[in-house]
Amino acid sequence: MPLSPEEVRRIAELARIGISDAEARKIQAELNDIFELIGRMQKVDTGGIAPMTHAQGPALRLREDAVTETDQRELFQSIAPQTEAGLYLVPKVIE
Amino acid sequence: MLNASLKELSASLAAKRISSVELTRLFLGRIGELNGKLNAFISVDAEKSLAQARAADELIAKGGEQALTGIPVAHKDIFVARDWLTTCGSKILSNFVGPYDAHLIERFNAVGAVLLGKTNMDEFAMGSSSESSFYGPVKNPWNPECVPGGSSGGSAAAVAARMAPAATGTDTGGSIRQPAALSGISGLKPTYGLVSRYGMIAFASSLDQGGPLAKSAEDLALLLNVIAGFDPRDSTSIEREKEDYTRDLDRPLSGLRVGVPKEHFGEGLAPDVGAAVEAALAQLEKLGVKRVPIELPNSSLSVPAYYVIAPAEASSNLSRFDGARYGYRAKNYSDLADMYRRTRAEGFGAEVRRRILIGTYVLSHGYYDAYYLKAQKIRRLIAGDFTEAFKRCDVVIGPTSPTVAFKIGAKTADPVQMYLNDIYTIPANLAGLPAASIPCGFGAGGLPVGLHLVGNYFAEAKLLNVAHRYQRETDWHRREPAGLKT
Repeated sequence: MPLSPEEVRRIAELARIGISDAEARKIQAELNDIFELIGRMQKVDTGGIAPMTHAQGPALRLREDAVTETDQRELFQSIAPQTEAGLYLVPKVIE
Repeated sequence: MLNASLKELSASLAAKRISSVELTRLFLGRIGELNGKLNAFISVDAEKSLAQARAADELIAKGGEQALTGIPVAHKDIFVARDWLTTCGSKILSNFVGPYDAHLIERFNAVGAVLLGKTNMDEFAMGSSSESSFYGPVKNPWNPECVPGGSSGGSAAAVAARMAPAATGTDTGGSIRQPAALSGISGLKPTYGLVSRYGMIAFASSLDQGGPLAKSAEDLALLLNVIAGFDPRDSTSIEREKEDYTRDLDRPLSGLRVGVPKEHFGEGLAPDVGAAVEAALAQLEKLGVKRVPIELPNSSLSVPAYYVIAPAEASSNLSRFDGARYGYRAKNYSDLADMYRRTRAEGFGAEVRRRILIGTYVLSHGYYDAYYLKAQKIRRLIAGDFTEAFKRCDVVIGPTSPTVAFKIGAKTADPVQMYLNDIYTIPANLAGLPAASIPCGFGAGGLPVGLHLVGNYFAEAKLLNVAHRYQRETDWHRREPAGLKT
């Protein structure tokens, strides 16, 4: 199912990746080739087959409800682009 | 020394014929000589490595050494290492210095191995050629105009060129096995869940597995002994009794049933690769194995299903790279959304952007059932094919890659062409099965051919047994690239 330019822009916005009009056209052609490859999946009937997420069954381990992490904020923030008073700085969202 | 096995190196260290410092300097020297040409390493730090080597020598002097104490190991730059630049081959992490050690790195540190450097790779492990790295392509030591395979191409090239006696990589769709095949060395993707993914930058969480690359199956077994094992920090890490993966290496192969899938010997397989693989199967028959024709009927669906599942999971995993807390942030932006858009547009390469977009699309409202859910069902069919096959055989064997190494740039214009390289390796990732590639000859242009072995869940010891017995009778794994001979 070929993608339209509008869909390419919509997906790019969902993925928060900026693309120019020229890039959108190029990507549209590439994605359509890839979707043709993916389309080969449709030739098999998978009715009644349960989806498989990974090799092991869906079993989540439980653990003790105890604190195991230590405060490493200073270390982790030492590599941050912009911080202040222990907070990560990003452009204002709410006016 | 550059050609020595891990066992020989350990023995030399224990007998004080060489120190870890001398051994580390030897490999650092080799890296200095060759890395300009091969671009296998992104980061090297002699001071850090030698500090570890000195500590290892002290441990050895006290008689406290273990199997890989003092051995230098190169790590794919996807494993976070404390105080080491960890880039994942990407601009978006080009300034990211690791604040902690991945589980795999911790395990090597615990036995006193030496971190030799961080190897080059396809960006975020997305590729089969190691051409998409922000740091430039890796060259194949057998022919530097050719790719070494990917995404663990730097690790494969490092071992092949004897810049490192051992290396680590990750395998999501073949990224350890295919570069091992194209670079003429041995590589293993363990059963899903055997090696902890903590600190291993995530590409596709249900497929990723870390594993070893080395010159022989015996070396792979020693490395697996270090890295396998339960880790509570990885929710998919399996808790089971510890194994010694070297224990069955020499077991005779008589009576072993080798499943040969007809789907992996059909159209698309280059004749030179097919010939080398057939010769290897004949050699195995001389060792007593019984060849059993099997079918993997859903094989042709594995590439399409993978290129839905892996990008879908990647689109989720890579959403954390937004310039807010670490890594690259765009210089100019108007608001938060713009900061994200520009950071990611500028920080990610073309292949990564393509895969994120595919993944975002297949998970989006209205398309989830047709693509992602469908792919998950096909995944079960593919795993089911192997379950059936393993009722009739012990190991599934075929070619690792449809061709030998291709020229740099030959497949970059057409993503689908590149994706088809993974046709034989992907099924094992989808099923979660252990699989290895070992050298079995040479093809066109004198380039290496890899033999692909798939085992049942947690049957690494059996896989390595078959590989090791084959390597006892052949010397493909001992060959070195001409012009780089040690």
